Formats: sequence, structure tokens, C-alpha cells
Amino acid sequence: MAEELKVFRTWSSPFALRVVWALQLKGVPFETIYEDLSNKSSLLLQYNPIYKKVPVLVHNGKPLAESLVILEYIEETWKQTPLLPQDPFERATARFWARFGDDKVLPSIWNVFIKQGKEQEEAMVTAQGSLKYLEEELRGKKFFSGEKIGLVDLAFGWIANLVDVFEEVKGVTLIDHENHPLLLAWKQNFMDAPIIKESWPSRDKLITKYHAMLEAYTAKEAAAK
Amino acid sequence: MAEEVLLFGVWGSPFSRRVEMALKLKGVEYKYMEEDITNKSPALLKYNPIHKKIPVLVHNGKPIAESQVILEYIDETWQGYSLLPKDPYQRAVARFWAKFIDDKCLQPVFKACWGEEKDREKAAEEATELLKFLEEELKEKRFFGGESIGMVDIVASIIAFWLGVFEEASGVKLLTTEKFPKLCNWAHEFVSNGVIKENLPPRDKLIAYFRNRFGGANASK
Repeated sequence: MAEELKVFRTWSSPFALRVVWALQLKGVPFETIYEDLSNKSSLLLQYNPIYKKVPVLVHNGKPLAESLVILEYIEETWKQTPLLPQDPFERATARFWARFGDDKVLPSIWNVFIKQGKEQEEAMVTAQGSLKYLEEELRGKKFFSGEKIGLVDLAFGWIANLVDVFEEVKGVTLIDHENHPLLLAWKQNFMDAPIIKESWPSRDKLITKYHAMLEAYTAKEAAAK
Repeated sequence: MAEEVLLFGVWGSPFSRRVEMALKLKGVEYKYMEEDITNKSPALLKYNPIHKKIPVLVHNGKPIAESQVILEYIDETWQGYSLLPKDPYQRAVARFWAKFIDDKCLQPVFKACWGEEKDREKAAEEATELLKFLEEELKEKRFFGGESIGMVDIVASIIAFWLGVFEEASGVKLLTTEKFPKLCNWAHEFVSNGVIKENLPPRDKLIAYFRNRFGGANASK
């Protein structure tokens, strides 16, 4: 049976990018369907009725949602270029970090970007605390997964392409040479990696997008007061 | 090699009880360490420095934190009873539902029972919508895992048992047989299972605990 693999994504979604990178690293061909989130396709709503979000992976007609769930499926279905280690303890550690990224690092950095005043200050404290753990975790390693890019690196990919966009748009510093030399080195290694860089979202487009988002959010908050 | 399995938990926590259910279903011997959350042990802080929370599983000196990460570790490390299906797509579906329960359901369920009065109705509506998805997912299955209890059932134990405790302690009713016949049936089957039954905290003690801890705040408003 001819294999049918589709990825529903947007050009900028960092979560969808994880899925794209994983498939490309494994050399698995797939069809891309770009969604307009302001006008979601009926297919997307059918495949992901609960969250109504991207990414969605559809493999031979069977849909999956939630990027980390999709990454594990990709890993189990296509065994070449493994993204997770074999050892159960190391796998657990990788899963721990992937979750830490989504549960703790991302929300605090997002709040530094989107919030103001005291909320922003508090978010910065949390974000710096989280970033310190990431910096420590990189000690002696080129990538979070070791010598090669793995699931944790893909999960943290948004740090490599979004954080400096947030910094520029908002006028804050989150990651710097003094406190995060290893994280900056990781970012450069990740960005330069073949395959990863071929699917790198346009920085200019990201700046425009997040600038607009911040303006809209700030205006909405001001109107609500 | 003598195997050492330690579990740091709290008697009433659905998160550490999940891990115990999994270990018991697999027949793994472990040593349980009850933590006092108001006075965390140095061992807990050493084994989970980032989150400083229970549960933490320590296997031959190596610590694993985050309950769902621990459940997957248990399934991969000890053979015998399977917590996840073999088929990759079915495994992904199971992971999806486990994540759905923790990421989406828990907060509204808790808020509906214990939130501020003004927030409760909206939270209850949200919780009801979310529980409907679980009701649909059960279809004609005995358990979320099919014929036998699996990882999703274990994660959903918070709905099978703790929700009932919240309801009795707070007076809020979410899981009715009219709205959720399958889910109620499943809950009953789940808590009646031999291994599960032995690993649930004492109901009355838990009701009293929640009433004490969360009930008072609203009475004073």
C-alpha cells in the first residue's frame, strides 16, 4: 500500500516545526498542508477536534495531535536516525526535559515577551531560573541529546529561532554570553545543522508577526483597563 | 544484582498513587517513602531539584520525576503486564489521552469544586465539555486500555476516584450517570479492580483532608 503521510502546519508554528524536522531528519517523505489559523480547514477540525491546532500528523488516514506525542510516534514508526536513546533511564530523562521545556520554560519566556510591569518581572525571574537549568544540562555536550540532534533539541528548537525575535521586538535580554555561553553555542550548532537550517522560518517574517502580536495584545490589555 | 526501587510520594496524591498502581500491576517490589510537603526531605530535594515535587522514582540510585515520564519508564523497564499497547498508533493515542487528562481536565475539574464561587459555574461547564471527550473515547471498551487497565486508566484514576472525593467534600456534582453513563461505569470497574482497590487512599480520610484544606477558603467569603 502506498504510504500516505500529511503534516498540517503553519509557516511559523514552533510545534509543527518539530514534526517537520523529525521527519526530515529521518528522511521520511510527507505532504505539507499549510493552515490559516484564522480560517481553519474542515479537515483540521475533523482531525483535531479537541484542540483544533497544528501540528496534526495524518498517517494512512489516521490522525495524531500534540507535537511531543507525534514525535514519539515518528520515532517508533521510522527507526532510522533515532531521536531518543535506547536506555530507558536516558529516555526518561529526555522526556523529562522535553516536558520541562513546554511546561516551564516556554510559558515563562512567553510571559516575559507578552506581559508588562510586575508580571513581566516575575516571569523574567522564572525564565532565568529555567534557563540556568538548561545551561547546566548542556555541560560537556554539543546538543541536549549528545553528539547528535535528538528529540530534546527538536523540542527546544523554538529557543533557537524565537527567543532572539522576542528579545528584539520587546527590547529585553533573555539569553546572553555571560550567563548562557553553552546555550548560545547550542543555538548556533542547531541553526547550522543541515536539514534543520533548510526549514528555518524567516526571521524577518517572525519579527513582523510577533511585533503585530505584541501590539495587538498590549492594545487589548490597555482597552480592558 | 539486588534491585532497589524507591518511591517518594504522598498518601493522598493521585500522582504518586498512579506510580504505585503501575508498580503493583507489574509486580515490582519497591520501598515507599512518605513525604511531608510542608517539610520536604533532603532526599527528595536531591532527587528532584528542579520541581521539588513528588512523585519521584529512584531505580538503583537513578531518579526519575514527573508521573507520566515515570509510568513510561516503568513500562519500558519491567516486562510482564503492559501499560501501553504494542502498536505505535495505539500508543500515540494513549499518550494523547493521558496528556489531555493532565493538561486540560485537571484544572477545570479542580476549579469547579474548589475555585472561588464566581468561577465555579464556568469551570464546571468547561470540565463537563472535556469529560464528554473522555466519555466518547471509551466507546464500548471496558477500560481506556481495552480489556485491561492501561496507562490512560491509571492517569484517569484522578477522575475515577479523586473526583468523587472532591464532589463529596465540596458538594459539587460533575460526574453524573445521566451525563456520563460510560465514564461512571468505567470508574466503578476501575476502582473495583483488585490491584487498584488496594492502592487507593482511604476515602474518608481524603474527604476530610480536602474539606479541611480547600473548603474553608470559600466559607469565609
